[in-house]
Amino acid sequence: MNQGSDVLVIGAGVIGAATAYFAARQGLSVTVIDKGLPASGTSSACEGNILVSDKELGPELELTRYSLGVWHQDLGEHKKLWEFESKGGIIVASRESSLASLNRVMAVQTGYGVAVEELDQDALREAEPHISREALGGASYSEDCQVQPMLVAAHLVRLATEAGARFLADTPVTGFLRSGSSSSGSSRSGSSSSGSAANGGRVTGVKTPRGDFFADAVVNCTGTWAGELAALAGVSVPVLPRRGFVMVTEPLPPMVHHKVYAAEYIDNVGSSDAGLQGSPVVEGTPSGTILIGSTRERVGFDRTVSTDALSLLARNSTALFPFLKHVKAIRHYHGFRPYCPDHLPVIGHDERAPGLWHAAGHEGAGIGLSAGTGKLLAQALLGQTPDLDLSPFAPARFGELPASEPAHHSTSPQSAEHREEATA
Amino acid sequence: MTPPIVSADIAVVGAGPAGLAAAVAAAESGATVVLVDAGAQPGGQFWRHRPETVVPVPDGQGHHGWKSYLDLRARFDAARHQGLITYLPGLQVWMAQQNQPAQGDDAGFTLRTTPTVAEAASDRSAAGARTVVARRLVLCTGGYDRQLPVPGWDLPGVMAAGGIQAFIKANGILPGKRFVIAGTGPFLLPVAANIAEAGGKVLAVLESSSPTTWLPHLRAAAGVPEKALEGAEYAAVFARHRIPYRTRSIVTEVLGSGSLGADHASGVRTAKVDADGSVRPGTERVYEDVDVVGFGWGFTPQMELPLSFGVETRLDTDGSLVGVVDERQQSSVPGLYLAGEVTGVGGATLAVLEGLAAGTAAAGGSALPQKTAASEKTTARHRRFAEAMHRAHPVPPAWQDWLTPETTVCRCEEVTAGEITEARESLGARDARSLKSFTRAGMGWCQGRVCGFASACLGAGPGASPTAESLSSAAKRPLAAPVGIGELAALDADYEDPTNSLLKGDRA
Ligand SMILES: Cc1cc2nc3c(=O)[nH]c(=O)nc-3n(C[C@H](O)[C@H](O)[C@H](O)COP(=O)(O)OP(=O)(O)OC[C@H]3O[C@@H](n4cnc5c(N)ncnc54)[C@H](O)[C@@H]3O)c2cc1C
Ligand SMILES: Cc1cc2nc3c(=O)[nH]c(=O)nc-3n(C[C@H](O)[C@H](O)[C@H](O)COP(=O)(O)OP(=O)(O)OC[C@H]3O[C@@H](n4cnc5c(N)ncnc54)[C@H](O)[C@@H]3O)c2cc1C
Repeated sequence: MNQGSDVLVIGAGVIGAATAYFAARQGLSVTVIDKGLPASGTSSACEGNILVSDKELGPELELTRYSLGVWHQDLGEHKKLWEFESKGGIIVASRESSLASLNRVMAVQTGYGVAVEELDQDALREAEPHISREALGGASYSEDCQVQPMLVAAHLVRLATEAGARFLADTPVTGFLRSGSSSSGSSRSGSSSSGSAANGGRVTGVKTPRGDFFADAVVNCTGTWAGELAALAGVSVPVLPRRGFVMVTEPLPPMVHHKVYAAEYIDNVGSSDAGLQGSPVVEGTPSGTILIGSTRERVGFDRTVSTDALSLLARNSTALFPFLKHVKAIRHYHGFRPYCPDHLPVIGHDERAPGLWHAAGHEGAGIGLSAGTGKLLAQALLGQTPDLDLSPFAPARFGELPASEPAHHSTSPQSAEHREEATA
Repeated sequence: MTPPIVSADIAVVGAGPAGLAAAVAAAESGATVVLVDAGAQPGGQFWRHRPETVVPVPDGQGHHGWKSYLDLRARFDAARHQGLITYLPGLQVWMAQQNQPAQGDDAGFTLRTTPTVAEAASDRSAAGARTVVARRLVLCTGGYDRQLPVPGWDLPGVMAAGGIQAFIKANGILPGKRFVIAGTGPFLLPVAANIAEAGGKVLAVLESSSPTTWLPHLRAAAGVPEKALEGAEYAAVFARHRIPYRTRSIVTEVLGSGSLGADHASGVRTAKVDADGSVRPGTERVYEDVDVVGFGWGFTPQMELPLSFGVETRLDTDGSLVGVVDERQQSSVPGLYLAGEVTGVGGATLAVLEGLAAGTAAAGGSALPQKTAASEKTTARHRRFAEAMHRAHPVPPAWQDWLTPETTVCRCEEVTAGEITEARESLGARDARSLKSFTRAGMGWCQGRVCGFASACLGAGPGASPTAESLSSAAKRPLAAPVGIGELAALDADYEDPTNSLLKGDRA
């Protein structure tokens, strides 16, 4: 039989991997389980930007800046393992109106201590010689950096195991163990028919095809699957998928030197609009390919390739860098950002199901936020006061599980279907 | 501007033996056909020939089954003349999609194309990219040489065996002077013969298997007389040109030289191997003054387009991932037919038979091809031959032992065998997909076309062979060919894309 651990982490994407790493380093006994390998979900279908430039003021910006500190200090010794690069970001404005809003944003960000510097046309051209002649000016963010997300997840899991954690691949969680009642069923109908499942006593572990696993604390780090998992415990955590396409070019000599975004990107990020949106994020990679990201659209877990999305990426990126017109795309991929209706992640203990914790819903920023999330959660799991107030991210903010289940649960992806191509 | 749309009853991709046959059979059944092919003229891999603008009436020298080509070609030209076949050469399909079923179940398919580099550079007044819409789709995308890495294989001068043959067939000249051909399978023979006939020196053909393993399968092979005939011809060519044919032999290292370090192949180190491919100590020897080394380890079917539809697949006897089809060549996706190497590597004659069946079936008659019984028998015989051939020429299980940690596995991204071992042992990588994530193997220009098979093997570990799932993740390519970003940008946003109805209307 499986002996219990202090903490059981479900999901080995960047969020679960970071949580396991910090918990294990704090001396907690940790078990991490994933239905696949590390980084088999969204963490292998994204880009690795750690951005300060695009964050809304408030809890999100605070978490971002905290996380940035964790990347540099706590995880600094491992930078090379995941190709950490401090390359800096540049936001480009091509219209007078967007230049004006960019300037306003810069002023506010400076007030909050964000390192941002205005670039006039000449300075912009010096930083990015191939930028469009239409570009009027920009802002440079020296703190923006990047990592290779798949390596982050895989190495954090490895480092966690070296610190004593146990990792089990190919182990899907199918239900929760509860104290008081006999464990809630592994099927949703089972848990709802038992009636008391939602308040069926403390969560004491999970059920899997490889047996039951007990733990004092169970952490749900399942990204876009987090709502489905929460529902198994009878609580509502409304994490929804937001699809994004990324396009990759043929390898070229260095042409793009920073992460370059259009000013409209900022407006796009916080939007809940279902329609297809995309503002260019263009960046070179060490291997010479250029990544062109990324669209945002709410189409559930639809995997149909969208030529509209590719065309939009192509139009937006060539507007920023006209030379791209003569460059070939060699691949594209898409992933599903896990997002909550209020665009804030869910991090912390779930009072509605004692013993269950969540760290999910980081939307388009989960890579950057993973380091901070993992460290803060480990502090909370130890019963310490976290360095940053976690109350804006409290799971209970979504109230009780509605009588009928959210529609998207029924369309949740089959494991094989949801697995995404590896990213560049 | 969205590329002009060409519609027909049936779209065929690939103008090799299978695709030509499919187009001809469909047209002769009365259907209209669009044939899209990356090549500049019909023939595909097997019947590649010099530009017809240069040599208008090729004599078929160096070709097998040339009569069969001439027959298909005449029927093809006739159908074009009648307006039943629209032939679009020089175009690569970069994406193929199923249309959304708007009315009825015959929603059909859409192909997006882009001119090949050669086509774009040519002075032909080609109209450029087209979008093809058809009710039925026949994919005959063929295959290419399977490669295994070995120390030094990333040096200039190392080619795919089929690449050498294609070079000779397309240009009428040799890519070098002194050759060593190595790998496994009967396809090494015609390559060596082509080189010798074109005036090149073949120092040796190294075959990792042993002909004695071939003997038990002779009964199956003998069922295909023309194969025995071909074999006899090659034997004569080998004797005439004194080409040594060494069995149970492999190249263990390609040696390089150059004024600034090794910058091109100049020799090979070889060794004898046991049945499982383990090197027998003390059998090493060196061939010097080699300027081209050709490797071929069987074929990898070109599966990206079939996989993009999620067709049912299986592992074939040679370890390749191939599409599953019924007796009419229909895949698990209704309306989608597969023929040729994508349903199992089996040679040109089989590809033609499958193409004929697919074209006829796609043209919709429930009427099966004429002379069904006879052609079904022939098809079955060729399949038996192919299976016997695969069994006789396996990829040696011990091949991973030939690598050193420094050996490059992914040439585009310069990923070494050592890095791959590390990712497998410390990060838990175990298939082509996780290796791609953790090492970048397969992420470069060729998108894993060259290293995909090897990488899937290395993910499985020493001595193990890859699963269908791993091979499938190595072969999935969301862009089946590179496409210009300018072309993508020009796709008309207002165009009512039949594949994209999902994106219109509400989705909240
Ligand atoms: C196109 C795109 C671009 C992006 N770009 C960036 C960027 O530049 N910077 C950035 O910071 N973020 C970016 N993101 C967002 C980022 O990718 C996500 O926020 C992040 O990967 C989420 O990580 P996660 O660990 O929560 O989820 P995942 O990586 O999806 O991990 C969840 C894990 O849970 C496992 N799991 C699920 N169900 C079960 C179960 N029942 N039992 C066991 N295991 C289970 C899964 O197998 C998976 O491994 C981007 C996203 C997309 C789609
Ligand atoms: C070195 C070598 C020697 C061989 N020797 C023999 C022999 O002696 N006897 C024998 O029977 N067989 C031999 N073969 C095998 C023979 O070539 C194949 O069996 C045969 O060509 C398979 O026919 P096919 O129609 O399936 O594919 P192919 O002939 O490979 O044709 C496929 C066509 O599809 C096109 N295509 C692929 N993808 C796309 C796309 N996305 N868009 C547009 N077009 C596309 C390709 O450009 C190509 O023209 C040999 C092969 C090689 C490489």
